[in-house]
Amino acid sequence: MGTRATPLNTRPLQGEARIIAAEPYYEAVAGEIALFEAAHASQLPVLLKGPTGSGKTRFIEHMAWRLKRPLVTVSCHDDLTAADLVGRYLITNNETVWVDGPLARAVRSGAICYLDEVVEARRDTTVVIHPLADDRRMLPMEKRGELLQAPPEFLLAMSYNPGYQSVLKELKHSTRQRFVAIEFQYPNAALEEKIIRTETGADAAIAAALVRLAQMTRNLKGNGLDEGASTRLLVHAAKLIARGIAPAAACHGAIAEALSDDPEMLCAIDEFVSSVF
Amino acid sequence: MAAPLSQAELTQQLDYLLSPVLSSRRTTTPLAELLAALTRAQQDFVLHWIEVIDRSNYEMAYQFAAAAPAALARLDDKSVESWILNALDTYDRDGLYLGSQVFKQIDAWLPSAANEHAATFEHYAPVLELYACGLAGRRLRLDIAAEPYTDTETLYLPPRIAAFADTAANFNLYKVIITLLWAQGRYGTFHTDIVSACAVYADLERATTLLSHFETLRLESCIATVLPGVARDLARLRGNTTDSRCAVLQNPAATVRDSLKLLAELYDVFAAPALPHHTALRTEATTTRNKRLQRERSALAEALAQMLPEQSSDKAPEAAAQDRIEIKTKPAPGTAGNFDVEIRLDSLPVTPPEHVAQLLDSILQDLGEIPDDYLHASGSGKQTLSADDESAGDGKDMADDEAGTHLYNEWDHKRRHYRKDWCLLRELDVAPVDNGFVEDTLTRYRPQVAQLKRSFEMLRDEDRLLKRQSTGDDIDFDALVAGYADLKSGMELPERLLTRRHKAERDLAALFMVDMSGSTKGWINDAERESLVMLCEALEVLGDRYAIYGFSGVTRKRCEIFRIKRFNEPYDNTVKQRIAGITPQDYTRMGVAIRHLTKLLNEVDARTRLLVTLSDGKPDDYSDHYRGEYGIEDTRQALIEAHHAGIKPFCITIDHEARDYLPHLYGPVNWTLVDNVERLPLKVADIYRRLTA
Repeated sequence: MGTRATPLNTRPLQGEARIIAAEPYYEAVAGEIALFEAAHASQLPVLLKGPTGSGKTRFIEHMAWRLKRPLVTVSCHDDLTAADLVGRYLITNNETVWVDGPLARAVRSGAICYLDEVVEARRDTTVVIHPLADDRRMLPMEKRGELLQAPPEFLLAMSYNPGYQSVLKELKHSTRQRFVAIEFQYPNAALEEKIIRTETGADAAIAAALVRLAQMTRNLKGNGLDEGASTRLLVHAAKLIARGIAPAAACHGAIAEALSDDPEMLCAIDEFVSSVF
Repeated sequence: MAAPLSQAELTQQLDYLLSPVLSSRRTTTPLAELLAALTRAQQDFVLHWIEVIDRSNYEMAYQFAAAAPAALARLDDKSVESWILNALDTYDRDGLYLGSQVFKQIDAWLPSAANEHAATFEHYAPVLELYACGLAGRRLRLDIAAEPYTDTETLYLPPRIAAFADTAANFNLYKVIITLLWAQGRYGTFHTDIVSACAVYADLERATTLLSHFETLRLESCIATVLPGVARDLARLRGNTTDSRCAVLQNPAATVRDSLKLLAELYDVFAAPALPHHTALRTEATTTRNKRLQRERSALAEALAQMLPEQSSDKAPEAAAQDRIEIKTKPAPGTAGNFDVEIRLDSLPVTPPEHVAQLLDSILQDLGEIPDDYLHASGSGKQTLSADDESAGDGKDMADDEAGTHLYNEWDHKRRHYRKDWCLLRELDVAPVDNGFVEDTLTRYRPQVAQLKRSFEMLRDEDRLLKRQSTGDDIDFDALVAGYADLKSGMELPERLLTRRHKAERDLAALFMVDMSGSTKGWINDAERESLVMLCEALEVLGDRYAIYGFSGVTRKRCEIFRIKRFNEPYDNTVKQRIAGITPQDYTRMGVAIRHLTKLLNEVDARTRLLVTLSDGKPDDYSDHYRGEYGIEDTRQALIEAHHAGIKPFCITIDHEARDYLPHLYGPVNWTLVDNVERLPLKVADIYRRLTA
């Protein structure tokens, strides 16, 4: 890890654990809130499946607020190892100090630990995820020779986008079959318009045009786009429009350029924009 | 500069080049007379192209020769070239008549203000296709025709638009026409049989033109609800030509029946203004729509039957589907023409699989509802499926069947241009043969296999912990203790105090492309198969991802790729038996095979992608001009394309003349010659090892 290149000056980082005070806006699509609450009560881990920007992270924040548990979010990347999750020894003042990783801290404090895009992490992370995700609910801390038992309030959640990752990054069955899965889809048109209006204060006409634009890009999934415009991108565009940016420029910056680099695709999306506004 | 050829010299050359289409009444004398007036460079240019066009068709070449002097006099160099290429493309696509028409229409290529700013379909097709696909949500093909119309599956557009002296405005007109043609399908222009409805009038053409005008007005108000931007364009194009008598069509709730009613009222008195976005209405729309409805109806019935849980199989499926599935549609709020669909199975809402949702959407676009009788799983559903299965198994007989086939461009080096969708390629399976070939091979080469495996094992990268690193995941305590002692004794603390895990990532995918042409018959085929066995044994040790495909074919219409082992297939008995089952087929049309396998290899996510060809000779094909320079240049072009796609091509050959052409194809180093066929089995795996070490 590049950031830890100077060992003697390293200070433990904190702050990814937080208690969410105000209610994060979340619009329930089906029974996902009840399902999550039941999983939490039954001490079962949860897998959130769905395309990017479909509300997975917002949902987990909403649930953390609802269940009044601190939320520890770990964005997984391809260099994330088990040690990054569990913890490691650091050196300060001529002695070694053990510093808990985010997962260990979440277990100790009975938090919700959310591993975002878990397939991006290295394979060895499954070693710590598996015992925590089945009925043992234990976190082995190999280097300290310690086994952490998770309290009943602790919940392990991870997100997974089945759409665009390569076959190499499929979630293994031994992992996915430990989790209660909640699937996220883009909301239907009416709901999506409502979300845009609530998040940005955009008027009904702009929200409707943005949703139509999103549908057109989603029609191109597999025909040049890996993924259509997500609700998040629509919210971004609506926010820019609310600040006085012209819709064409706002959609170009927030949606077209976010979806593709291909000049022809950009041109086609810009044409969608000029059609719906 | 060389002197121009005389008329006699020209006559002689033209007679030679065009002999198959000459007769006593059609001689080359008038052609030679015109060509004699040109400069030598122009004459050479014309003769060169006659020769090139001869390869496609002699009559086309004659037409070109006849039109060339006029074209050279009036067009600049660039226009002449695009005039010729357009004619050849048209010939490839639409045949002789339309192709030779292009040669006659020189004027269309004249440089003029409008032509300079013309938008051509060819240039904008990629963007327009994306636009149409995004608009419709179901696949719409785009193609060219003299006047725009749609059969509801293909949108036909003019090849070029030069209505305005501004490219952007001409392009925009394309977009408006696409939207309009899409809207005809979406907002019910074809819900009634409009062509028969027009046939009652004395002048059919006048009636359809009027109806098309009324429909355009009606659709404008439909489009305004969802695509206000396009509606504004439509209003601008229309100008103030609207007649107050047509006001009824401005209600978004108006239907095609209102347009027909208006047609009845105004047939005698109304004059439709000529508008740039006028579209034609054709009978094809109704017939294609009906065919699609039928097809989608059986597909839906089948899909719904599959959605039923297994236990219902004891009941008759027709009854089961109808009783248990309920589909509710209601217009989506705010957007005309969009629907919210709810499917209930045993009164519980279910999310339909994506293909069902698409089918429902497509049917809704055509009908505006899902009729109740669509829930009857018509018995024909199952039959369609089994019929498909059979035809897929019997590859050779489905030459005209589009399913499972791929079209590829081919490079014509003389035209310096691709022939579009020139080769029709099919993927087939090699029939497994259980004759113990693999076991025999392994017995025969037992010591060599063992040695091969050992040498591949050495190549295998392993995970290991690297100590004393300057960057890493963890503290190297040994280094730290030593370093601390250094520090205490007044020296500096060393930098390298960390451990780092080295991850074995031999991120490599290799695709082996095996020549299955007729020339490999006999011991070459045996050597190839043995090589593949040895290769697989070695690669299994290494753990690289690999696939094996064979290629052969006869002519551009029957190019074949044989699956031996796909990337995600394990090296199991079936694969072994397929290797045993490799038999020599026909010819070696290499370009198309490389293009197809490049596509397959591109779908694999790997840092290094290798395309290794096992070959016994030059590219070759039956009867057309593939043999020789054409085939070599096409293969070279296909390899260049592969290279651009980030693939490393390599060739292993047994052809002793390879030195003459392989460096031109693969570059000076990316090929190797195994001069003794018997040694091929021992060499191939070894070459791969050296290639990837």
